[in-house]
Amino acid sequence: MDLNGLTLTAVKKGLLKKDFSSVELVKSCLSQIDKFDSQINSFITVCQETAIKQAELSDEEIKNGNDLPLLGVPIAVKDLFLTKDVRTTAASNVLKDYIPQYDATVVEKLKDAGAVIVGKLNCDAWAHGSSGENSDFGPTKNPWNKEYIPGGSSSGSAAALASGMCIASTGTDTGGSIRLPASFCNVVGLKPTYGKVSRYGIVAMASSLDSIGHFTKTVEDNALFLNVTAGKDILDATTPDIKVPDYTKNIKNGLRGIKIGIPKEYATKKEGIDENILRVFGDSLKQFESLGAKIIEISLPHTEYAIACYYIIQPAEVSSNLARYDGIRYGNTRQNFGKEAKRRIMLGTYTLSSGYYDAYYKKAMKVRTLIKKDFEDAFNKVDAMITPVSPTLPWKLGEKINDPLKMYLSDIFTVTANLAGIPGLSVPAGFINGFPVGIQILGKHFSEELLYRIGYAYEQETKFYEQKPNL
Amino acid sequence: MKINVSNIAKLANLALEDNEKKSFEDQLSEILNYVEKLKELNTDAVSETSQVTDLENVKREDKTTPSLSQEEVLSNTSSKHNGFFKTEAILTE
Repeated sequence: MDLNGLTLTAVKKGLLKKDFSSVELVKSCLSQIDKFDSQINSFITVCQETAIKQAELSDEEIKNGNDLPLLGVPIAVKDLFLTKDVRTTAASNVLKDYIPQYDATVVEKLKDAGAVIVGKLNCDAWAHGSSGENSDFGPTKNPWNKEYIPGGSSSGSAAALASGMCIASTGTDTGGSIRLPASFCNVVGLKPTYGKVSRYGIVAMASSLDSIGHFTKTVEDNALFLNVTAGKDILDATTPDIKVPDYTKNIKNGLRGIKIGIPKEYATKKEGIDENILRVFGDSLKQFESLGAKIIEISLPHTEYAIACYYIIQPAEVSSNLARYDGIRYGNTRQNFGKEAKRRIMLGTYTLSSGYYDAYYKKAMKVRTLIKKDFEDAFNKVDAMITPVSPTLPWKLGEKINDPLKMYLSDIFTVTANLAGIPGLSVPAGFINGFPVGIQILGKHFSEELLYRIGYAYEQETKFYEQKPNL
Repeated sequence: MKINVSNIAKLANLALEDNEKKSFEDQLSEILNYVEKLKELNTDAVSETSQVTDLENVKREDKTTPSLSQEEVLSNTSSKHNGFFKTEAILTE
């Protein structure tokens, strides 16, 4: 197997045993980018020279016996994360020439852990979208079928990883932007608990919902990555001062006795839900049962209000966060906003404007309380929940681009976790007509350790992650 | 639901083209009609949620730390003068 196809766990072993060098590994990722990214369009910027230089330094460190969690490992970063001296665009023309003066906290942590940053990944501009098509740098293609979308907004993060162009990648999830592309591209994606990972230095979308996560090839890889990024940051007041455990420690403890809830609102035949997805989901439940978990039907009664609630709160916060882009201190003028950003700014400005605030924003914040309470009640009965990630398979490029409401409804199973602030782990669950399908494991606030344990047991049984797209 | 797109664009400091105005008016109205759904719920006795993990009054020590240099801060603007950002005049005599 080529080096770029290895998991993070395997890469760490190989580097330590000196089976291969960081330079060889980084070069194999760069050559994969070179060969295939003209078709996939997952990168906005590739850091060829600095990556090789950093890999050489890493090989020195390894030779000197130093060991860091990500030493010499090629990582790619969503282009929403500020990287000192490397252009950061948010995939928007507004920031197309912006060179950050500092690193995001997560980028700093990755660098401190020895990671080699290979490049900046494409996404929907400002993370607005479910398909990746809202990028001002062109849409990213799904590596499993290049006429289809890879899911968004972290489109490049999932597509590049599935294509073997990096060993792990970062993303942001405000309403499903990590879990949806992970599920559409057959990789593992974590949306951590709100505040578990610092948002400092990452272009803000909707501040009460934004979660900073990542994509990996396996569940164990994902836990290793969170070991590096999680924790208190004095520069983000929403990060609680809770000790970061070793997320890999209990990962192999199995599922015996674990109670898993299935929200009936997510798992029943309804308009808009693909029957094949329900079938794959049903198959996954049988696996969980055979692994010793107890499956319990539960109810999240306010589910049908989630999208409406989300599409008030999120654009309101977007309009406020994007007000800073005036083209004076950095970036280009507001004329450079694309259609979707303008649409959300307008929607948010309207719902926050005088006379409408109570009817829209305040109402939505109350409904948010009800949605959050649904989860609290359910978690009194079960340890975690499992649901489909997307109601449909990936769609064709262009299919929903002129129908924003239809596009918004594809987030129906993912936005609730953001409204409630809980973590969600998307893991591969099979294929339909050659397209990957994912399931998400949801848990209480700060229950990432348990989510990994559940995801790991399922993944080891099914091994869907071993299947790779034919580029 | 009728929405005054020109007025909202002015509040949001966005310049819209004429063809955009029409499509935004239709699309925003459709979205606003959809979110009307929330009115079905009685929320009189429900309080609002804006912070989900129950953190309160997060403070840090009031200590100064190094910040970016003036040169770094100005490195991304095309409009500066004597070490300051230069903007259009807001007030005139």
